[in-house]
Amino acid sequence: MATVLDAPTASAQPPKMAQPAAVKSGALAHTLYVLRENPVTALSFGMFAFFIASAVIGPYVVPYDPLATNSAMSLKPPSLAHWFGTDNLGRDVFSRVIVATRLDLIISVAAVALSFVIGSFIGAISGYRGGWLDTVMNRGLDIIMAFPLFVLAMGIVAALGNSVANIIYATAIINIPFYARLVRAEVNIRREAGFTQAAKIAGNSDARVLAFHIFPNALPPMMVQVSLNLGWAILNAAGLSFIGLGVRPPTPEWGIMVAEGANYIVSGEWWLAVFPGLWLMLAVFTFNLMGDGLRDIVDPRRRT
Amino acid sequence: MAGRSAAIIGRIAQAVPVIIGVVVISFILTRALPGDPAVQFAGLAATPESIEQVRVKLGLDKPMPEQFLIYVGQLAHGDLGQSIATGRPVAEELASRLPASLELTLVALVLSCIIAIPLGVLAATRQGTWVDQLCRILVTAGVSLPTFFTGLVLIYVFYYLLGWAPSPLGRLDFVFIEPDRVTGFYLIDAALAGDWETWTGALKQLILPAITLALFTLAPIARMTRASMLSALSADYVRTAKAAGLGSRQVLFTYAFRNALLPVVTTLGMVFSFVLGANVLVEKVFAWPGIGSYAVEALVASDYAAVQGFVLTMALLFVVLNLIIDLAYSTIDPRFGTGAR
Amino acid sequence: MLSVKDFAVSFRTRRGDVDAVKGISFELAKGERLGIVGESGSGKSVTSYALMRILDANGRIKAGDAIYSGIDLRRASEGEMRDIRGREISMIFQNPRAALNPIRKVGHQIEDVLRRHNQASGHDARDKAIAALEAVKINDAEKRYDAYPFELSGGMCQRIVIAIALACDPKLLIADEPTTGLDITTQKVVMDLVDDLVRARGMSSILITHDLGLASDYCDRIVVMKDGVIVEEGPPQELFSNPQHPYTRKLVDATPRRNATIRSLLPEDERRPLEPHTVSTTPLLEVLNLRKTYAGKSGPVHAVKGVSFTVHKGESVGLVGESGCGKSTTSSMLARLFDPTSGQILFKGQDIAEMPAAGFARNPLRGRIQMVFQDATDSLNPRHTARQSIAEPLKRMSDLRGKALEARVEELAHLTGLPPHLLDRFPHQLSGGQKARVGIARAIAPEPDFLILDEPTAALDVSIQAVVLNLLADLRARLGMSYLFVSHDLNVVRLLCDRVIVMKGGEVVEAGPAQQVMDNPQHPYTRELLSAAPQPPERQNAA
Repeated sequence: MATVLDAPTASAQPPKMAQPAAVKSGALAHTLYVLRENPVTALSFGMFAFFIASAVIGPYVVPYDPLATNSAMSLKPPSLAHWFGTDNLGRDVFSRVIVATRLDLIISVAAVALSFVIGSFIGAISGYRGGWLDTVMNRGLDIIMAFPLFVLAMGIVAALGNSVANIIYATAIINIPFYARLVRAEVNIRREAGFTQAAKIAGNSDARVLAFHIFPNALPPMMVQVSLNLGWAILNAAGLSFIGLGVRPPTPEWGIMVAEGANYIVSGEWWLAVFPGLWLMLAVFTFNLMGDGLRDIVDPRRRT
Repeated sequence: MAGRSAAIIGRIAQAVPVIIGVVVISFILTRALPGDPAVQFAGLAATPESIEQVRVKLGLDKPMPEQFLIYVGQLAHGDLGQSIATGRPVAEELASRLPASLELTLVALVLSCIIAIPLGVLAATRQGTWVDQLCRILVTAGVSLPTFFTGLVLIYVFYYLLGWAPSPLGRLDFVFIEPDRVTGFYLIDAALAGDWETWTGALKQLILPAITLALFTLAPIARMTRASMLSALSADYVRTAKAAGLGSRQVLFTYAFRNALLPVVTTLGMVFSFVLGANVLVEKVFAWPGIGSYAVEALVASDYAAVQGFVLTMALLFVVLNLIIDLAYSTIDPRFGTGAR
Repeated sequence: MLSVKDFAVSFRTRRGDVDAVKGISFELAKGERLGIVGESGSGKSVTSYALMRILDANGRIKAGDAIYSGIDLRRASEGEMRDIRGREISMIFQNPRAALNPIRKVGHQIEDVLRRHNQASGHDARDKAIAALEAVKINDAEKRYDAYPFELSGGMCQRIVIAIALACDPKLLIADEPTTGLDITTQKVVMDLVDDLVRARGMSSILITHDLGLASDYCDRIVVMKDGVIVEEGPPQELFSNPQHPYTRKLVDATPRRNATIRSLLPEDERRPLEPHTVSTTPLLEVLNLRKTYAGKSGPVHAVKGVSFTVHKGESVGLVGESGCGKSTTSSMLARLFDPTSGQILFKGQDIAEMPAAGFARNPLRGRIQMVFQDATDSLNPRHTARQSIAEPLKRMSDLRGKALEARVEELAHLTGLPPHLLDRFPHQLSGGQKARVGIARAIAPEPDFLILDEPTAALDVSIQAVVLNLLADLRARLGMSYLFVSHDLNVVRLLCDRVIVMKGGEVVEAGPAQQVMDNPQHPYTRELLSAAPQPPERQNAA
């Protein structure tokens, strides 16, 4: 490491002219670097791109209408015409699996976005302010956390009614405590940090210090949480529809498809449940793998 | 130490507001029902007059605070209302089905601890070897597996293809007679009765659902064990112990492992939350007659009293489990409640 | 007794092998006290871990020999090493609280070692453990046996670590920065204790430290390390009076001594004459009966109990005391980071204590009072480049934007000696000294009248401390600022300050001109502080 005395003689670079542009291109280069450096991260981003593509253009390119029944073709095993076979009503499982991507992604992304925003807000204020506000918010979160989360989601959807929107709300509510706790902890350890005090001395108001100095530093660990939560949210939504809550047949959705296929497993028609289950698993797997990569991208300390 | 016992009492007292909150939320969930519960209860052939009668009978015409007090009063008597589907008291049905769920959950949890904790320790002590890789794969795959899907795949492989497992229908094959009810745990009751055939039969039924649940809970426990073991092994006190010439077993267990166990115990709370939720799905897949499948049946029948009773029971169970975990924690961490961490 | 020859240690990293120790040789005789001195990254601690064979998994001894009483430490089996550790060679560490198992009674931790080396069995282990506690002069050893580390003070924890290390009567004690993080008076007590025990038992010892002064007080011979090699060795007196190697000379110069001046800390060829700074008789800041009381768990905590002092325009005042004396609380109140319980802070005649800290960021006086923080790493936002950090106060408190802002940032970088090409680096890409410069540049950006320096050099190596102190002295002369220099180290404070205030337990115990307090301390506590500081020999040929 260069000491302070020999620093002036270190390789002299011309000072960068346009500073914001330099930072931005640095971020892009850093993203590419992270992807190149870690093949697993690159793979997970590739898979993520595939799921996004399925969600966006899937319904227009699948070979069959996911809702069209054909009793002559019921329960056919996978073949060239039907890659994932057909179900009990003769519907093409492959088309249904691909079309379902959009709904499952929308549910998880919307739920996570909601809980991210609400949880961050609660957690940041509670961690920065401390005192009675913190205590009250913590007790509130304790009560949500006192329910087994999936069970609470069941209760909420049962009470609010069977709809996709209610699945999103329920999933968001059970995830809020994770963000709130995480942000609270991250904010709390930085509340007295030197750079926080320095920011105040530099003339930043409390709100500015919190929003522009402390909160961005909590982002790297939150990215891991976001990515894990996207996975959980999909699992949660699929689990709810598996037990008959939320999405209703004949809408293609991975959880329902597994539930419908479950009855045929014991008689050997495995493809009905296995392919949607596999897709569900792959989606969750992708989100879980992406976490570390996302953190590396948003963390400037990983830049060398 | 006086501070310790005060802290423990404080922890128990902390559960009180949480329980109150849980009761309030389940009350709100009951009242937020879509549609009119009175219409539901009055049945299909109801006239406006009979619906009104039901409304008065259920106390739904009273103001909310009063309704809440009545609700709390009923709870205090262990009254969770009547199931529409079966006509029996919800509390009674839940009580009779609870042991089935608990037996499954506890066996699964013990199973996953037995595998996950040594796996995490091995992965931490042999960082970068195949054990570590195996741990990483299991951990990432484990959290990605939808429990209901794992259960189905296991059924397909071990029941349909291999024929090793009995048919996935309930706790005991119909050729066996239920053991006399003492604890409600078939494994314990059968052992108490000395009926080893039934015991084996019950175990066979239990294995697949227990493995399904265990696979799901393996990941968080193994990951936490590995992480906390790694940080304990690189801690200064382990270096001190090594520098004093202590043997590797003593360094590993007395110094590193006991400290690493603390965050793992804390994680168990979260794991319980997952496992109680996943229970519902696994019970449905294996037609397991626990409270989870009861709730699923109730959902299908729009039997709201049963669903809310289930949610409340699960929450209270979880609060108690968390309390037990924290009290267990206080026995291994002398710093509990002193604020020194 | 210990003979080290061409000893080399390397670490496997993602970027290939890194040599931490590059072939060092030294000898240690029976009963000798050796000091290994070097700044961070010199390889001094790695050497000791390698000798004990407790390197991390990615480190290995690459070459050379280390023979201890005929035993080859490099090639001994792990089982043999375990018998040697604690029985023949023991080690004590920095950060004593972390060095003890947090959930095991300290008595049991001593017993573990005694039993491992067959020095005690089931029935007498407890008695022997208590005896070991008594040997390190712990009062009420019987009761302390059952204590957990979190119930003990830092100094007490270090005694336990020493008791563990000496329980089995080893022949050699290696002490790795044993007093870093402890208060200076505690440091003296702990070092005296170790020294007494080592002498009484006829042991040899190796003291590893960054503090040349401390090593000269407690060692017979000193080895100076830099970048993994030994640059010089000799008795302390000789090293100080006639250092041969340029690095040793630099280190000797930079170590604060009784008669040093701020310029004499620098290497001889860099000592430009110091521009005088002018102290006016107009008070800039008057502190009147300042108090701060917190609500603690067991009743109110009086952190600051009525402190009064004055800082004149252009004057530098030192605020000295040990941890918990209230000096940081006082400086934070003056910086308007939080509100005092009572009292006045008159800044240019206005009582700024009345202006709530929460809204002070928008107060025009914000830019007049600035602060440099203790830990340069911690005080820079990890997500901001040096340029963004320095520009921050200007963006908030001035109208400078665009080109003019850029120019001002570069001017500030130039003023603090920060090379312009480093401005676009993030804090983790800068060295400790460079980060300190960024912190200073940011603080002087709004051209404050009053600058609070909160232990600005505490986390720095001595040679960099020397540079930073001189930079601060130059800036003061050039910009005419007043300083409040908060520090635990009287020897350092004296170099920069006109006047010194000594605090203890939330109160001022002594105040006066710096030289007078140093030469003729009135309060017993000031005398204790002064005598606890290491007294390195003077460099005879120093200018």
